[in-house]
Amino acid sequence: MTVLTLREKLAILSDAAKYDASCASSGAAKRNSLKSGGIGSTESTGICHSYAPDGRCISLLKILLTNFCVYDCSYCINRSSSNVRRARFTVDEVVKLTLDFYKRNYIEGLFLSSGVIRSPDDTMGEMVEIARRLRIEYRFAGYIHLKTIPECSQELVEKAGLYADRLSINVELPTDEGVKKLAPEKRPETIRVSMARLRSKIDEKSEPTLRTKTRERFAPGGQSTQMIIGADATPDATILKTSSRLYASYHLRRVYYSAFSPIPDSSAALPLMKPPLMREHRLYQADWLMRFYGFGESEILSARPDGMLDLAIDPKLSWALSNRAMFPLDVNRADREALLRVPGLGTKVVKRILETRKHRRLRLEDVGRLCQSIAKVRPFIVAEGWSPGGLTDSANLQAKVAPEPRQLSLF
Amino acid sequence: MSALAKSLPRITIRLAGQTDFDGWRKAARALAMREIPADQVGWVVSGAASADLFDGGDPCPDAVPNGGTAFTVPRSFMEAAEAVICHSDPERFSLLYRILLRLRREPDLLKIASDTDVRRLEAMAKAVRRDIHKMRAFVRFRRIGSGAEERHVAWFEPQHFIVERNAPFFVRRFTGMRWTILTPCASADWDGERLAIGPGAARADAPAEDDAEALWRTYFSSIFNPARLKVKAMQAEMPKKYWRNLPEASLIPDLIRGAEDKARDMIQKLPTEPAPHHARVKARHWPEPDVEPGSDDEGANARTIPELRAAAEGCRRCPLWSDATQTVFGEGPENAIVVFVGEQPGDQEDIAGKPFVGPAGKMLDAVVVEAEVDRSEVYVTNGVKHFKFEPRGKRRIHAKPNAGEVKACRWWLDRELAILKPSLAVALGATAAQSLLGKTVPITKMRGQVVEREDGLRVFLTIHPSYILRIRESADKEAERGRFLADMKAVKRLMAA
Repeated sequence: MTVLTLREKLAILSDAAKYDASCASSGAAKRNSLKSGGIGSTESTGICHSYAPDGRCISLLKILLTNFCVYDCSYCINRSSSNVRRARFTVDEVVKLTLDFYKRNYIEGLFLSSGVIRSPDDTMGEMVEIARRLRIEYRFAGYIHLKTIPECSQELVEKAGLYADRLSINVELPTDEGVKKLAPEKRPETIRVSMARLRSKIDEKSEPTLRTKTRERFAPGGQSTQMIIGADATPDATILKTSSRLYASYHLRRVYYSAFSPIPDSSAALPLMKPPLMREHRLYQADWLMRFYGFGESEILSARPDGMLDLAIDPKLSWALSNRAMFPLDVNRADREALLRVPGLGTKVVKRILETRKHRRLRLEDVGRLCQSIAKVRPFIVAEGWSPGGLTDSANLQAKVAPEPRQLSLF
Repeated sequence: MSALAKSLPRITIRLAGQTDFDGWRKAARALAMREIPADQVGWVVSGAASADLFDGGDPCPDAVPNGGTAFTVPRSFMEAAEAVICHSDPERFSLLYRILLRLRREPDLLKIASDTDVRRLEAMAKAVRRDIHKMRAFVRFRRIGSGAEERHVAWFEPQHFIVERNAPFFVRRFTGMRWTILTPCASADWDGERLAIGPGAARADAPAEDDAEALWRTYFSSIFNPARLKVKAMQAEMPKKYWRNLPEASLIPDLIRGAEDKARDMIQKLPTEPAPHHARVKARHWPEPDVEPGSDDEGANARTIPELRAAAEGCRRCPLWSDATQTVFGEGPENAIVVFVGEQPGDQEDIAGKPFVGPAGKMLDAVVVEAEVDRSEVYVTNGVKHFKFEPRGKRRIHAKPNAGEVKACRWWLDRELAILKPSLAVALGATAAQSLLGKTVPITKMRGQVVEREDGLRVFLTIHPSYILRIRESADKEAERGRFLADMKAVKRLMAA
């Protein structure tokens, strides 16, 4: 095999990593380098240092340690049967790249994943060693996210949690049947148990220890997961059900939805099509409704017999249009839970409405100053001097509040 | 008062610099004490181009007039003002002063988010915050020198006067580096120990290149997925005005132009033959089993508890497995004299894969020990071996297993009992009783009784310990615990019998 330059390896191993949706660098505990004299800090929100023309943020150096892999998951560019070029970083190379990029303020930190070579423990061991070296030898206080290999030993997971801000394990696909079909060597049972172990470790370490009364550091940014959507025929209803189960069971910070994207040298088992980006977007919106707006997973799709989210309008508006009996709501009286259900009112706007109405009664124009677009909100609320009258129940309401359908800019 | 104010001559306040917050505060305070209306005051910055236009007014009244009362403003205003003073809008000083005046009569003004002045204040504070955030994101250091001489220098063009306000962030983050950030209006320099804010500079003062940029550009183009082109989304977050100082930005036009062809290629290209190494990898890591798995999935032939437990791992006898983490099988010695049967694993049992490790399990443990039941003679298990729940946010709400699920899972309990051959079983709660006896039993009525099954096994009926945990009234809770302890003492006697 020809010897690859560092630049060639970087090209191969970042190309191989781009199908992982997560680039978040948020949720870590606050820390900086003032005392250590090293480099790196994490503050409350992550920073996106650049954006690629696919609209995704570039916050972390997202690479694979190697794209050699013994698994043959048909949706993955790195599956063992793929003809993609293979490469492998050394531990030193990853450490140096991370530091060099960080010192130039290109990145917030490292998101390291890997194909599985030899054994899960071998691969995970090297990943943990990279994190250890960065933290201990180079006093690096930037963000580190390690993708955990489900089959690796518990000791390695514990070490990983010591150095990493976030750990994640991909559930790969929304259903176990899907995993069996498209990733035949992966075991959904093992993935679940690994997530469960991670949760109990995170729970355990978040309690102050009896002896020192301090909390031991263990993945302060929690755990997350990713599932590929559109690679099989799973409907949105099942996907959301899986997500709500995952959030409740393993206390995940995030579930990432990754629209199945055509890959070079793709497998015959998969649909050859453009990635369903709008569907992905709607799933994220629905996910937000579940986590921040008090929606139950079954409510969101209750009016959609096919179990699919409406691609033309957002899921909250879709829900409101089919639950009009609940509206209009009086913005000067309704409680927080109810206001969160009004299309066009986000969590921040609702907070400000509640604060402001302690001091004055809100008119429609007041609400208009607080939110993005009053046109969407108007039919669903009553304010001082404003009542929507028959508007709430008018037959063509969707046309009045929904944006013009537009072609997605895929190509 | 207002007639008096109007008759006052126009006052011009000269500030020492664009972000002279202390100067503004001192002047604004003195002016407010005299209740001088905002439209009577002009604000200029020394050295700024427009400074001379406003010259000629009276100097700032620096003494507090007699009768002026001290006043306070909400902390939130001071915080917002410190940010807004960095805004590039020359009107900012005047706006801040106007709000300060209004706050004296309307102390809750800032909470009225729909007020026009408040909105403008917030919009300006937000613009400054955003500029600060973008500076943290888009500053690009270039390295010069090496070893002890190594330094990192950046050229950046912010929209507002934020360098001084933002510099501590770079100190916290790049403490171990020597660095300088140059901008047209100001510069920040950290020598490893001290932060110095200096005058503005020119782009030519910063280094023109850095070797690492070739790698960064490689990364930028490789991490981009051409099948997901979303140019607007990119530009919303990384507006073009920042591009000229970003080494990766010059790649963007070509990446966009080539994206369509690349994506189409990927879709149209037919799948190829598996890579040559694939067969070898498969043979080595995923050998076909020689014979059909001799394992007995249904556990019918299991002779020991570990064999039975292994068989139950993949149980699909009812649909509960699909939401649970794992089968939670029974635990305890194979020569146990008594088998405790609960309802089903809970949240913690599901996570740990062990029965009775949650709050109810701890309660059971404590009472069993108090009743002096020998733990080495006890086996614990559940009537239903997967956790049934409703997800609610970050919690799982326990759901009662239905008759079909209990019946399906009896298969495992029957086999556990057949292997263990205990002299006594304890049904903890209705579900356990239903599972052990094959029919529903009124637990509260029959509590403390022993029912003998057809196969001769004695079943002692009692409540589930979680019932005690749900009682809120502490006296009632204590009483119920006492009854449960009495039950366990009865169990102890029955074990000896």
